[in-house]
Amino acid sequence: MTGHARYLDDLSMPGMLHGATVRSPVPRGILHDIQYSPEIPWNEFTVVTAADIPGRNVVQLIDDDQPYLADGEVNHAEEPIVLLAHSDASLLEEARRGISFEIEALPAVYTIEDALSGREIIWGRDNIFKTYLVSRGDVDVACAQPGVVIVEGDYETGAQEQLYIEPNGMLALARGEDGITVWGSMQCPYYVHKALAALFDLPGEKIRVVQMETGGGFGGKEEYPSIIAGHAALLSWKSGRPVKMVYDRAEDMVATTKRHPSKTHHRTGVSRDGRLVAIDIDFVIDGGAYTTLSPVVLSRGTIHAAGPYFVPNVRVQGRAVATNAPPHGAFRGFGAPQSLFALERHMDRVAAAVGLSPDELRRRNFIETGQTSAVGQVMHDAVDMSGLLERALELSDYHGKRQRFAAMNATSALKKGIGLAAFMHGAGFTGSGEDHLASIVEVEATVEGRVRVLTSSTEIGQGTNTVFSQIAADALGISLDAVDIVQPDTALVPNSGPTVASRTCMVVGKLVESAAQGLLTTLRSTGTEITDFAAACRDYVTQFGPLRSSAQYQAPSGLRWDDERYEGDAYGTYAWAVYVAEVSVDTVTYEIRLDDFVAVQEVGRVINPVLAAGQIEGGIAQGIGWALFEQVAWREGRMANAQMTNYIMPSSMDLPPIRVYFEERPYAEGPGGAKGIGELPMDGPAPAIANAVAHATGVDIRRIPITPETLMALMEPSLA
Amino acid sequence: MPEASVAIRCRVNGDDVELQGHPMTRLLDALRRELHLTGTKEGCGEGECGACAIMIDGRLVNSCLVPLLHADGAAITTIEGVAQGDRLHAVQEAFIAYGAAQCGICTPGMVLAAVDLLERTPHPTDADIRAGLAGNLCRCTGYVRIFEAVLAACGRRPAPSTARTLP
Repeated sequence: MTGHARYLDDLSMPGMLHGATVRSPVPRGILHDIQYSPEIPWNEFTVVTAADIPGRNVVQLIDDDQPYLADGEVNHAEEPIVLLAHSDASLLEEARRGISFEIEALPAVYTIEDALSGREIIWGRDNIFKTYLVSRGDVDVACAQPGVVIVEGDYETGAQEQLYIEPNGMLALARGEDGITVWGSMQCPYYVHKALAALFDLPGEKIRVVQMETGGGFGGKEEYPSIIAGHAALLSWKSGRPVKMVYDRAEDMVATTKRHPSKTHHRTGVSRDGRLVAIDIDFVIDGGAYTTLSPVVLSRGTIHAAGPYFVPNVRVQGRAVATNAPPHGAFRGFGAPQSLFALERHMDRVAAAVGLSPDELRRRNFIETGQTSAVGQVMHDAVDMSGLLERALELSDYHGKRQRFAAMNATSALKKGIGLAAFMHGAGFTGSGEDHLASIVEVEATVEGRVRVLTSSTEIGQGTNTVFSQIAADALGISLDAVDIVQPDTALVPNSGPTVASRTCMVVGKLVESAAQGLLTTLRSTGTEITDFAAACRDYVTQFGPLRSSAQYQAPSGLRWDDERYEGDAYGTYAWAVYVAEVSVDTVTYEIRLDDFVAVQEVGRVINPVLAAGQIEGGIAQGIGWALFEQVAWREGRMANAQMTNYIMPSSMDLPPIRVYFEERPYAEGPGGAKGIGELPMDGPAPAIANAVAHATGVDIRRIPITPETLMALMEPSLA
Repeated sequence: MPEASVAIRCRVNGDDVELQGHPMTRLLDALRRELHLTGTKEGCGEGECGACAIMIDGRLVNSCLVPLLHADGAAITTIEGVAQGDRLHAVQEAFIAYGAAQCGICTPGMVLAAVDLLERTPHPTDADIRAGLAGNLCRCTGYVRIFEAVLAACGRRPAPSTARTLP
């Protein structure tokens, strides 16, 4: 606000070097040699290759198949091969150009179809990182019943660039026996911690990871920071100097993770009165060259693929495949926006096939309290999708507008349309994920009665620090000003898990609440009556020493998940929503303008209305970008438009009024009744907009982004 | 560094300073590295995102596109010069009150753009605000709260319009 907040690039150290990455120019091949131009005084540079790595050359995450630096083979364009550092950053570009590679090119795979065809095997035995199968009832038998109408369709979503405004960056200081410290922009300090320990073969206590102010994450700073941290640390290890690496925008865009592209096939059986009897879904995501987080992105996408509906017969096959693109990664929504786009666009087509309005088909099929979801989760908590739908229809004047637009469109070159999407988002890690994380939070009180909250949850703009302060202050009955949130630093804070999966407020926040309550229990155990919290802390600390309390995650009773059969309680709870988009399509320029956007959701109790609305608005803006503007132009597995000039994200001129409404329904297991919120708003905008554009124009939208060019091709096939 | 070097004088946040460097050094780098005014951020380096916005002689510019030579004799305001000591500018107060900053990286440029807008157009319409901030990209907020903050800063105080709970 005043320019004094310190982000990574604002940090400097005496003797610091600047680091750069030399990357593969080809998508796939065998690396035979690295050549260094004689024009460059290499003795003035620190040069690191795979041969310099002291520990394991793998980015430790799920499958350990991704190297820090390519060694022997190259599997995607822009894969890091050599690292350089120099005290004068302006010399690095010329040095980078002074390095060339002798690479024997191999045939590469660029698309999901190519990966599945097996024409070229680039990963494992079949190019498939992971397969999931969800199965209930018998879809084939159900679809063969007389009177069942079958509706099929293929849907496709593109890659999406993260475009946090602060690019990835790290500063590392490696001092031999003393270990390694890194400072940087990140969501998950303990992911970086674990990866560095393996890279350097050092015990955990020799690694320290400190989060700086972080200029946006959205998932893009979930797994990637482990790579840039490792690179900076390798350069520091070899040079003995502090090394800062900050990507410029072009490098961040070509080299770091994007949202997984997807393809989905739907086959739906519906009765003539609009009851869904069977849904059969084939959902495939493009994981890029290495496993990274694709199996878990796939998992969430697969579980969300059947949406907020009750259907007796369900089959969902989910597959994550390998291509020779840089690995795709975590991005707000984590697979669910992709499968929900397909589902919610398809539902409008199913409605049309049986002569129902889009809202009526959904109303007849919403899952209700006590019913069982596609993965076998019984909805014990109250679900009221119909109520959310009615609110959204009313607030958007959906039916009135459908009628008026039909009349107007008959005579106007500007076609107006309105569309909706109904969806849900599971909060927290999928399945048994939270059990494995076993997150820990600590709270301590000082002799002055101030309270310090210690977690590894990062503030990345979503309001973690404010919400944790509120939760602790409420639990202790003290003022917000008396709570301090300790900056995540693995030397100070316990591992409360990564800052992802809409889990921070609901899961970690609950632990903050429990740990704070633990402080009160400890104070009371001495027989103290707490009338003045500060005085009680003073008395306790003076008499007994430090006053601390910790809390560790324990699954709410009754939750069960079977990893083998892939069924059970996939999430502790879900946030539910219905979004409505209103568009105008100019049939001369094919430009799509959003005129209104209504977002109605149930996210438990809203702890902080301003922050919560801010999360919804920002997520919707990203969803609008994904639906209409953001197109990655791929050339041989490389992003060709790696600039903000030709990769277009929404500006203030591009967005409609975004009207956000909350239905509050406290969730018993969340702090103060809250559920997760951050990812939900990414799921709804794209299908609502696609349905609105289809309504306005009468063309069948199957693919996003819907750019003017793609819309023209659909509306005027003869011109395309 | 290339050999060519110039020394220029300018006024930054009210202080007279001398800056030396290659005439084509980006003013963004000179401010950050020589004067340690790191509130000016680099988001794209090509004038698209507005994170590096500053005021030069009363005009809002992207400092990543301004060569050092052009700053000779100029009066420059960076984000560090917007508040008067401890007293925040009305735009900064409003950004805080309305939750207009999330991750904060676009905020310095956005605040300067809003200050510039209100100096030129003290009573902006909604369309003026959208157009006035169109050169500053924000990935977090969807701009809703930023628009409200700007309205609040010029005396039109809307209720935080999106914090609505259904009855």
